[in-house]
Amino acid sequence: MKIVVCVKYVPDATADRTFDPGDNTVDRVNVPGLLSELDEHAIEAALTLAEAGDAEVTALAVGPPDAAAAVKKALQMGVDAGVHVADDAVHGSDAVATSLVLAKALAKIGEEGPVDLVLCGMASTDGGMSVVPAMLAERLDLPQVTFAASVEVGEGGVRIRRDGETATEIVEASLPAVVSVTDQANEPRYPSFKGIMAAKKKPVQTWSLSDVGVDPGEVGLGAARTAVASYTQRPPRQQGTVVTDDGDGGRALVGFLAEQKFV
Amino acid sequence: MAEILVLVDHSDGAVRKTTTELLTIARRLGDPAAVFIGSGYERAKDTLASFGAQKVYLAEDPELTDYLVAPKAEALALVAERATPAAILLTSSAEGKEIAGRLAIKLDAGVLTDAVDVVAGENGGGPVTTQSVFAGNYTVEAKVTRGTPIITVKPNAATPEQAPAQPVEEKLDVAVSDQAKTARVVERTARTQTGRPDLTEAAIVVSGGRGVGSAENFAVVEALADALGAAVGASRAAVDSGWYPHAYQVGQTGKTVSPQLYVAAGISGAIQHRAGMQTSRTIVAVNKDAEAPIFEMADFGVVGDLHTVLPQATQEITERKGS
Ligand SMILES: Cc1cc2nc3c(=O)[nH]c(=O)nc-3n(C[C@H](O)[C@H](O)[C@H](O)COP(=O)(O)OP(=O)(O)OC[C@H]3O[C@@H](n4cnc5c(N)ncnc54)[C@H](O)[C@@H]3O)c2cc1C
Ligand SMILES: Nc1ncnc2c1ncn2[C@@H]1O[C@H](COP(=O)(O)O)[C@@H](O)[C@H]1O
Repeated sequence: MKIVVCVKYVPDATADRTFDPGDNTVDRVNVPGLLSELDEHAIEAALTLAEAGDAEVTALAVGPPDAAAAVKKALQMGVDAGVHVADDAVHGSDAVATSLVLAKALAKIGEEGPVDLVLCGMASTDGGMSVVPAMLAERLDLPQVTFAASVEVGEGGVRIRRDGETATEIVEASLPAVVSVTDQANEPRYPSFKGIMAAKKKPVQTWSLSDVGVDPGEVGLGAARTAVASYTQRPPRQQGTVVTDDGDGGRALVGFLAEQKFV
Repeated sequence: MAEILVLVDHSDGAVRKTTTELLTIARRLGDPAAVFIGSGYERAKDTLASFGAQKVYLAEDPELTDYLVAPKAEALALVAERATPAAILLTSSAEGKEIAGRLAIKLDAGVLTDAVDVVAGENGGGPVTTQSVFAGNYTVEAKVTRGTPIITVKPNAATPEQAPAQPVEEKLDVAVSDQAKTARVVERTARTQTGRPDLTEAAIVVSGGRGVGSAENFAVVEALADALGAAVGASRAAVDSGWYPHAYQVGQTGKTVSPQLYVAAGISGAIQHRAGMQTSRTIVAVNKDAEAPIFEMADFGVVGDLHTVLPQATQEITERKGS
């Protein structure tokens, strides 16, 4: 079985994430980045499947040169090979364009042997749109089996549990399919020392847009179908009164709530 | 005026409140036209009319809901091609966002997700959305610059306002294509109702974190919530420990809430948790660690053990109510 995990390089959530004032895009240069933590769950799902059967796992990232770090982390966790689509023209791409590049890269990976499973995270931790996996399914004409809180792959295909807004659903599809997993699906492993050493010898390919057959005019800021008109930093919340409980803390709390007319 | 399509979010015709919010927003942008997919329209009819739907597109083929997302995206694309709407609005749920994503590919149009407000652009320009990004640290205004704007809107983005209309009904004959019938929903179990307000709609939310210590101890969180008429929430740490169901998780990978009052008990205030509650009007924290980051954003905090502070607060509220 051949599995491709889509991994995104994102600004670190614990750093001061901001925008590039020049073009209102997410600042991916001056803010330290990392592999989106939610994609670690997709990697874990792929590795678990690979361990249970015989599977080859490739990590695929579309992003700036620094995004190689996301691929590297995936390799350290245990993925077999990496593909990084890096091209200046990708800067400022919207989800529609990103999904195009991913779809074309997946098709190219498929030339060396059909891909059975495309695994994604439930959302990127920066944009957090949760649309790319659905867009990939649409573009590749594959079953969309997304927001999996648990995944099983067997003879018949893939079966997931999806916790919807009002109901829990069990969804089944045959392979190949696009599957996205939530942070409920598993507990991602940490790279082991052995894994870190082994990663250095694993194959990584870096492709340009022309390698995957995408016209630069179809992607990037110029082709984006959406634009950020303005961004403003929210004023930080002010710290209010903090009291220490000396046997009266609960009553003090209700005193505050009463003052604010909540009780 | 051009039509604004609103995809109705419902279960068997029980319309969710978010749809009435979308219809209210749609009236700012043009003529609201509801798109009803699935069964139970008779039950939904009056609500859609009273919130101003001028038109209802009806796609009632039961197959539309037997498969995940794809058939609904197909049906909506069909309506969009027929109606040439000025915008398409959907609920910002997992499903709503995925339908929007597929639709954007089908229509080659721009998609914006998680709007907390949508207004008409100046001089007849397309809709302008407001989004809260980077864990609520930034507010962004965005626009769709190409194609029909497709926008998913978060709960509570608008106060639903009635505007009775007599919608024209148009039945659609959509046969679900084979391509859209690949991910089959083989089982659907409705979530059990708790009798408490809906988490995303509640005016008050009381949440518990790792500090609660066990599933049984969530009873103290629930008791305070009930005394306040509040919804109950939980941090991911509490959910991961199996103490409270994931449906109640607040934060980046759970629900975003923006109540009048948010009470965080035994929650440290990690950025991913803040992402889901930062825009609450008033925040109260109970934590035994005076250094916990949650206090930096709390309007009122009690440094103490939640196992004594919460029951005392509950009792105090009950006594005040009694007198
Ligand atoms: C990609 C990603 C997504 C995430 N999404 C979410 C999300 O949606 N929601 C979410 O909540 N988290 C999320 N997290 C996890 C988040 O980073 C934190 O780990 C989590 O919020 C911590 O939960 P907590 O505050 O309950 O636990 P802790 O951080 O362990 O804090 C427990 C607190 O309880 C206090 N305490 C302990 N005992 C008592 C007592 N008896 N009385 C009073 N106080 C006590 C402690 O002092 C401490 O401050 C996410 C993380 C990642 C990486
Ligand atoms: N630039 C990218 N490179 C690789 N994978 C991506 C990229 N953008 C999105 N994805 C995948 O799509 C998922 C959802 O992303 P999003 O729709 O941006 O929230 C992520 O968790 C990734 O698995």
